[in-house]
Amino acid sequence: MEKSLLIAGFGGQGIMLIGKMLGFAASKAGMNATFYPSYGAEQRGGTANCTVIIADDEIGSPVSKKLDSLIAMNEPSFVRFVDRMKKGGVVIVNSSLVQSKVEDKDVQAFYVPANDLAQQLGSAQVANVVVLGAYIGATGVLDAAFAKQVVAEQLGKKPELLELNMKAFDAGMEAVKP
Amino acid sequence: MSKEFIKGNEAMAEAAVRGGCRFFAGYPITPQNDIPEYLSKRLFEVGGTFIQGESEIASINMVYGVAATGVRSMTSSSSPGLALKSEGISFIAGSRIPAVIINVARGGPALGTIQGAQQDYFASAKAIAPGGFRCFVVSPSTVQEAADLVYEAFEIADKYRTPVYVLTDGVIGNMMEIVELPPMRDPEEMLSSDAWRITKYNDDSSARQFSTYRPTGEMLTVDNIAMAELYEEWQEKEQRWEAFMMEDAEVVLTAYGSAGRIAKSAVKELRAQGIKAGLIRPITLFPFPNKAYENINYDKIDKIFVVEMSIPPQFVYDVELATKSQLDYININTSGGVIVETESIVDKVKESM
Repeated sequence: MEKSLLIAGFGGQGIMLIGKMLGFAASKAGMNATFYPSYGAEQRGGTANCTVIIADDEIGSPVSKKLDSLIAMNEPSFVRFVDRMKKGGVVIVNSSLVQSKVEDKDVQAFYVPANDLAQQLGSAQVANVVVLGAYIGATGVLDAAFAKQVVAEQLGKKPELLELNMKAFDAGMEAVKP
Repeated sequence: MSKEFIKGNEAMAEAAVRGGCRFFAGYPITPQNDIPEYLSKRLFEVGGTFIQGESEIASINMVYGVAATGVRSMTSSSSPGLALKSEGISFIAGSRIPAVIINVARGGPALGTIQGAQQDYFASAKAIAPGGFRCFVVSPSTVQEAADLVYEAFEIADKYRTPVYVLTDGVIGNMMEIVELPPMRDPEEMLSSDAWRITKYNDDSSARQFSTYRPTGEMLTVDNIAMAELYEEWQEKEQRWEAFMMEDAEVVLTAYGSAGRIAKSAVKELRAQGIKAGLIRPITLFPFPNKAYENINYDKIDKIFVVEMSIPPQFVYDVELATKSQLDYININTSGGVIVETESIVDKVKESM
């Protein structure tokens, strides 16, 4: 098993953070993972993206032209990357900020209003954790317990933040349930 | 041992500390800044010294000076920074002093681009600076290998009294991967620097000193013959490579460093499509692993696919030497700054079969 995921959005949406957290979670699950950030001539307010590969074997290329999954946190990211999906791939669309729809019938799309769900929980800041939960829920690439453990370690230093982030993760999982 | 999910640059920095590095001097440049950033905090925890020099040139000369006192020393930079350090590296090599140099390379020439690149092959493996000397040059394909090679680099440097040069790029430096870091090396187990460390004058007026000035050809000949013998010894004993799925390979690819891991993905994909592909991946670039190419079945194989992130290609010339020009050489190359794609390797191989 080897699954590629590209996460893209505005700088400041916590794109890199959830990418790294997936790597930590894969490590806990005894799997292999790579995290490769886009870096260089990125601008504030522009798009940031990272590629995460999770596999049970050694990982070669840390980037992939064809994607198993995409998390699109804003409209420009959706437009830029949606054509790179493999057949049967999974796209998590942050429908709070993305108006476009997935047209390819061979791709599974999940429309998650991540910013709205996060706001309802008390902070728009946790929209990234909502989509993280949605990604785990939709793909089952990792046991949710490992991902939640990492969210707790990385974002749960204060009890109120721990609760908020756990709720955000669960809201994402819930949003992709059939 | 526990495993960590860690960035390539940080893994190399921590591996250096665990390998005995207690002095680092460097000057900032992307994409290697995580190395000095990490060491600026970490070295003080182990009683070492970190200096952000006023320039690349000052930094390499500090490494030269400190290494000469027997302290395991390192610098790191990126391509144009290495150009500035080259004179200092020549003096370290000429003085036969151990040191470790990391190049998290960029595309080039000049300032180039900061993304993954392999445009520094000649500048690392062939001619870092004038004078015909070589460094012991290694190039990792994974964060694990990067950590392991930096750790061992200090041993190799001491053993042969040579600068060891780690050639990598922004792909390995900036990616995070799951790594088992090596243990903290016990100073008792490290080679003694007594044989080469500079000393003050003894009672009999003897002292060990360095001089890189050789005013006569006769004097220089002695040094240069010793240098040639050293490189022959490396060729004999230290060639390293990975042969991946080569046992029954009918299609052979070769690549090093970050392109090496991507070529490995291509080999797996080709195998999944029923094509018996294999990969020769050099780990030492000097000494070049000629032996790896001796095992190719030249009766059946008539071409080799050489993957590198450099236009024009550079690594291919060493492959041609190692294979004694017996094959067709098919370059699959991207410019520095453009990461070669698994799919384009697979397509090119299938097209040329």
